[in-house]
Amino acid sequence: MTSTGEAVQFWVLAVLAVGGALGMLLCRRAVHSALCLAATMLSLAVCYLAQGAVFLGVVQIVVYTGAIMMLFLFVVMLVGVSAADSVKEQLKGQRVAAVLTGLGFGVLLIAGIAHARLGHFSGLAEANAEGNVQGLARLIFTKYVWAFEVTGALLITAAIGAMVLTHREHVTAPRTQRELAAQRVRDNVQVPPLPAPGVYARHNAVDIAALLPDGTVAEDSVMSTLRERGQIRDVSQDMLRRMAELEDSSAEWLGRPASGRPAAPKQRGALETVPGEPTHRQNPEEEQ
Amino acid sequence: MNPVNYLYLAALLFTIGAAGVLVRRNAIVLFMCVELMLNASNLALVTFSRLHGNLDGQILAFFTMVVAAAEVVVGLAIIVSIFRTRHSASVDDSNLMKL
Repeated sequence: MTSTGEAVQFWVLAVLAVGGALGMLLCRRAVHSALCLAATMLSLAVCYLAQGAVFLGVVQIVVYTGAIMMLFLFVVMLVGVSAADSVKEQLKGQRVAAVLTGLGFGVLLIAGIAHARLGHFSGLAEANAEGNVQGLARLIFTKYVWAFEVTGALLITAAIGAMVLTHREHVTAPRTQRELAAQRVRDNVQVPPLPAPGVYARHNAVDIAALLPDGTVAEDSVMSTLRERGQIRDVSQDMLRRMAELEDSSAEWLGRPASGRPAAPKQRGALETVPGEPTHRQNPEEEQ
Repeated sequence: MNPVNYLYLAALLFTIGAAGVLVRRNAIVLFMCVELMLNASNLALVTFSRLHGNLDGQILAFFTMVVAAAEVVVGLAIIVSIFRTRHSASVDDSNLMKL
């Protein structure tokens, strides 16, 4: 039997641990799962501390929640934070079968523990007499010294394996700036530098495309990353529409014929390719 | 409170981890579920160490942690290299061998 304090601590930690585990199971995003798992691991660390495994409790916090979970978070960032798990079932009824299997497994496991004839809990007071760390060290460096040395080999193999698996060799040499310039001249599509972004005297943000003399947008003035994400802000259409409205209303007021300015010019790409050259760009109207 | 409750907690966590491996599709989340199962077994080992009054269970839990760290490093490297070639971390998409 344990003290009341440990009982209270156990129930609080058990609820936290099971809640974290269920959260990991049910969250659709990998980041949320990782954070829930970190909560579970922290509460398990306090469980170890409460049970007299002081060294393991600290190692659990430092190695598991410190190192391993950070590694998980790094990989989640590499793979993509917003990628949610698919709900589509590839095998019919697999999810239901999996939940039923899990339930059955849990019932069997817990019933097995309930029927086990466990002896009296002798406690670690005697084993921890000279200190938990000293006791563990005595065992590791005498009885388990062979396993400990093999562990070193395992860790080195794992580190080398990770490096071999994630290392990527360049098949061809990276292209130099000179080669890129020569390629540009050979293609004869855009020999001078690209136009700068920003509509001067109004905006100079990088996500606002420059305007051509006829008011259309020079799409190549915005960098390709923003273009691919569709994050170009466009101020030209709004401005031109307001100007046309103003001219029309003033013409109506003065009794003159309307100016005939087009309300909103059609968008077009900034680049006019040389006739005869194959166009490497898509039709810009499809991108809108 | 009987310390056997720690064993029940470990069994419950192990079950949740096993169900997660069966249910989830994202390879990273699968690895997290495996980690949860390893943690649950560690808790059981620490409790058994307390039951028997010697430190061998804690030594086993310590070696489990080391092996888990090595496993995570290699497993995540495999996931990253699969993601580079297939552009997906879902285990359903790795069906190159399927007829």
